[in-house]
Amino acid sequence: MQLRYPLAPIALSALFAGPAIAAGLGVNIEIPRLNVSEYHRPYVAAWIERADSSMATTLAVWYDVRTKTNNPEGEGTKWLKDLRQWWRRGGRELAVPIDGVTGATKPAGKHALSFTEGSKPLAQLAPGSYKLVVEAAREVGGREVVSVPFQWPPAKADSATATGKEELGEVKVELKP
Amino acid sequence: MKPILRTAAVATTALLATLAAQAHNAWLLPSTTVLSKPDRVTVDAAISNDLFVANHAAMNLDNLQITAPDGAALKAETQAKLRQRSVFDVELPQPGTYRIAVVNAGVFASWKDKATGQPKRARGTAESIAGQIPADATDVNVTQSVGRNETFVTVGKPSALKPIGVGLELVAAGSLTDNVKGEKSSFTLLLDGQPAKDLEVGITAGGTVYRDKLEELKLKTDDKGQFSVTWPAAGMYWLEASTRDNKTTLPQAKERRVSYSATLEVAP
Repeated sequence: MQLRYPLAPIALSALFAGPAIAAGLGVNIEIPRLNVSEYHRPYVAAWIERADSSMATTLAVWYDVRTKTNNPEGEGTKWLKDLRQWWRRGGRELAVPIDGVTGATKPAGKHALSFTEGSKPLAQLAPGSYKLVVEAAREVGGREVVSVPFQWPPAKADSATATGKEELGEVKVELKP
Repeated sequence: MKPILRTAAVATTALLATLAAQAHNAWLLPSTTVLSKPDRVTVDAAISNDLFVANHAAMNLDNLQITAPDGAALKAETQAKLRQRSVFDVELPQPGTYRIAVVNAGVFASWKDKATGQPKRARGTAESIAGQIPADATDVNVTQSVGRNETFVTVGKPSALKPIGVGLELVAAGSLTDNVKGEKSSFTLLLDGQPAKDLEVGITAGGTVYRDKLEELKLKTDDKGQFSVTWPAAGMYWLEASTRDNKTTLPQAKERRVSYSATLEVAP
């Protein structure tokens, strides 16, 4: 019996090999501390763009979400379009809030996000060149876009950085194979 | 004066005023053309030489037509005709692209009075003009005019606009509200639903009062009625095109003058 199906053990072991530990992406976004008289936390969107500038997926959107005390009328979505590039690339097709993606605006400082390929919002990425794009727009303030190019899948653990001038500080992408 | 005559006199004066103002630019100026969610816009409507500066005459809003993304006709929430500017608010409840337009159709007639030989003129509608020309008039010349001044607002995701099919009409390759500084927008100009070939199109950025040159972009549609523009700067732009043909709806009208203007917003 064992010899009749010589390929069976190999096939079975392939089945039990399971998925390789999924590749991951770490995104660090620095919101600069600004010295202005009327300061509002910026709206921020972070997403992955393909080489042809089409949107692969939105990773994070920070805006005035509806809470009992702050912004009870849900007016916060009114200014999402001020994240112009994100809005046009695909932000306007999304219905917010989205679990695991959208959240409240963040204070000045460094914020670390972590994503695993295959679990939302980071779907499977086809191999190729991509850009992590972060856009920030601040009420009574400016707007800035910072992009960090990277290759997928990552061959080795690596990181890439870009820095904004006004509304964004350091944006770092950490590749985890 | 009898009420009917008074109405006719008022209508004629108003239309003659419009005729005089045709030398100027008719424009609509919305507060914005992109909204994240259902909200309202306020729109200025005026006729002046200086783009988007209401320093001449208010636009008549009698023929204001607002079309929702699903094709439904909407009314302005509130409107007012001031001395040099008309203004109205529009509530935009659905996602998609809205068309906000003032559409005018008129007839202009000139003739020689039989008794005195004096040249006479009248302006009216297709229905009224026959009654305005005396039966014994000579050298009767009748011209029809079709004019559209419009702008567009998108709530959320843009949607395709329902075509008009009459007069000049602007269609975008993407969306009429997706214009960005430094990027190329492609358009098709249609006349009665067909490509308007070899037609001159003028595109001017607002703020003419603050610069030394008009800096009008002069373009021409190709044989598919298409043209494209790479926007030099962000801001509101006024696009205009006009033509004449003989496709009149009134049998006695020999010529039709078709004019079109659109206000487009270019994002930074």
